Amino acid sequence: MGFLDINNATKSYGAVEVLHKVDISVEEGEFLVLVGPSGCGKSTLLNMIAGLEDITTGEIAIKGVPMNGVHPSKRNIAMVFQSYALYPNMTVGQNITFGLEMHGVPKPERDKAMNEVAEMLQIKQLLDRKPGQLSGGQRQRVAMGRALVRNPDVFLFDEPLSNLDAKLRVDMRTEIKKLHQNLGTTIVYVTHDQIEAMTLSTRIAVMNGGYVQQLGSPKEIYDTPANIFVASFMGSPSMNLLPAKVVVSDTAVHAEIAKEGGSIRLAFANPGAALRAYDGQNIILGIRPEAITDPDGADRHSTHVETISAKIDVTEPAGSDTFATTSLGGKDCIARLRADADVKAGQTVDLAINMEKAIPFDPKTEDRIA
Amino acid sequence: MAIASTDTAIRTNRFTRTLIYLFLLLFALFYLLPLFVMVANSLKPLSEITGGNMMALPKVWTIEPWLAAWSTAQIGVEPTGLKPYFWNSIKMVVPAVAISTILGALNGYVLTKWSFRGDKILYGLMLFACFIPFQMVLIPMARVLGLTGLAGSTPGLVLVHVVYGIGFSTLYFRNYYAAFPTELVRAAQIDGAGFFRIFWRIMLPSSGPIIVVCVIWQFTNIWNDFLFGASFADFDSQPMTVALNNLVSSSTGVKEYNVHFAGAILAALPTLLVYIVAGRYFVRGLMAGSVKG
Repeated sequence: MGFLDINNATKSYGAVEVLHKVDISVEEGEFLVLVGPSGCGKSTLLNMIAGLEDITTGEIAIKGVPMNGVHPSKRNIAMVFQSYALYPNMTVGQNITFGLEMHGVPKPERDKAMNEVAEMLQIKQLLDRKPGQLSGGQRQRVAMGRALVRNPDVFLFDEPLSNLDAKLRVDMRTEIKKLHQNLGTTIVYVTHDQIEAMTLSTRIAVMNGGYVQQLGSPKEIYDTPANIFVASFMGSPSMNLLPAKVVVSDTAVHAEIAKEGGSIRLAFANPGAALRAYDGQNIILGIRPEAITDPDGADRHSTHVETISAKIDVTEPAGSDTFATTSLGGKDCIARLRADADVKAGQTVDLAINMEKAIPFDPKTEDRIA
Repeated sequence: MAIASTDTAIRTNRFTRTLIYLFLLLFALFYLLPLFVMVANSLKPLSEITGGNMMALPKVWTIEPWLAAWSTAQIGVEPTGLKPYFWNSIKMVVPAVAISTILGALNGYVLTKWSFRGDKILYGLMLFACFIPFQMVLIPMARVLGLTGLAGSTPGLVLVHVVYGIGFSTLYFRNYYAAFPTELVRAAQIDGAGFFRIFWRIMLPSSGPIIVVCVIWQFTNIWNDFLFGASFADFDSQPMTVALNNLVSSSTGVKEYNVHFAGAILAALPTLLVYIVAGRYFVRGLMAGSVKG
């Protein structure tokens, strides 16, 4: 039993089930990120934890106490909303202490708590201002202050950074991570931004269509995605998914990929029994862009690197890297080359593929072949 | 480029501009004419009106007609002036406006933030109240007032106006609150505020513009109402409008036009005052409610 337990929770609106038997157990101090495209049910799940939406079947428990039917204010949770939801008629100070006031905390204690939080978030000079007079980043801080001041068991964040501009978003992301490291609080965080999910979380639940597709550490999610959805949703640019055929020989297992004027064969690094069973069948081979590099930039620790020659269709210099698009198996395939790699569109160059990072998927079930 | 090109900018023709202002001035004068006639004649002795020109400025300025209209003019059978009826109106308007506004705000709050099955239909039905003509509710209302024992009293009139006004005030507040972020209500719920606490501490303090709209609308309508006042009021609860009618139609001796004019202005003053004080919020509030519905 964890700190926050979601046991087979489902949510239906009438006959439509939008969340199907979600089962997640969050340990104390964990940073769980719910990530997925819009409409995947992540916000609904967060609202169910908050008590803003009721649970159709199943149970949500905090510290072992079932929360079904418990009023949001009695769950000892705090929530940061996407729009920050600061009360426009109150000053920053009043915003921060409103929750304490509602819980009957006497004024001297409220002020003490407010000052501590304001100190921590560096918003002391803003306490007398109205939310309308604050910038986006400042509002964000106040919203976090309002959550922190109550010292709740669980923090809930509903896409808190999506209203900020790109630079501020990165700054605040770091700040949230720092805050979590310093305070060791339990956080459930909803976002559709896979980078936020990767950077912040200790665990990620990737959701789609009301199902949790995969639950695991960021590394697990990234390196061993459970299915094609997870593989393509996490990572930017997204994973290359190439149609291939499994060819098993005595010494190795190869993936045969059609290529302009023939085909290439790539040997798997550690083929398992499950993969051998696919002999002669079609699979989808997933390779992340950073696993396809120029030979000089290939991972020297990798036990198995295949080199192919490929014609480059497009190059996209991104400053830190250069992305090159080639065609493999009839699909565009993006390779991530070093920033100063001397590659031009139309050239045929050698590309090194780190086969340790190649992941085979079943084309019908879309699950990873493990 | 050092000098911005100006040839594509729209140049306002001075002639057109003069013409526009001229027309506007003309219309403004035209609309102000009745007010001028009323004010000018209310400040003349009666002899100047009967013997002279309605449009002329007073030769002898006097405030006698105003004093007479306020405190000594014959209203029906009593020479009380409009004073007692003015207070009757105040005693009716203030509670009626306050109650209908608060109820409208509560309705709007519930209809948008605590939605329930059938709330849209309920709102639609409430909107009907805005389209029901006064005359249609006269008889049912008389029956209700009779049954409740409120007939012929100020509380009775307050009830009538509150019931009739709820449709409008609900319309205003519902549309205003529909654009009010629901996340604020949710945040307050998590903070531990209950239904009424959220209403008093968060919704109402943010409703300034729409409260002004609602108050102006209700105040003008209730103050100017004649039909309900004439139908449901007793002698000692009659509002200003009914008294004004009695003043003008009392036919003992000469018609004191100057007193009538003064009385009419007196009767219109409070609504005028409300417009001047709160008018600039009126348009702002109407827009706020209408843009996001």
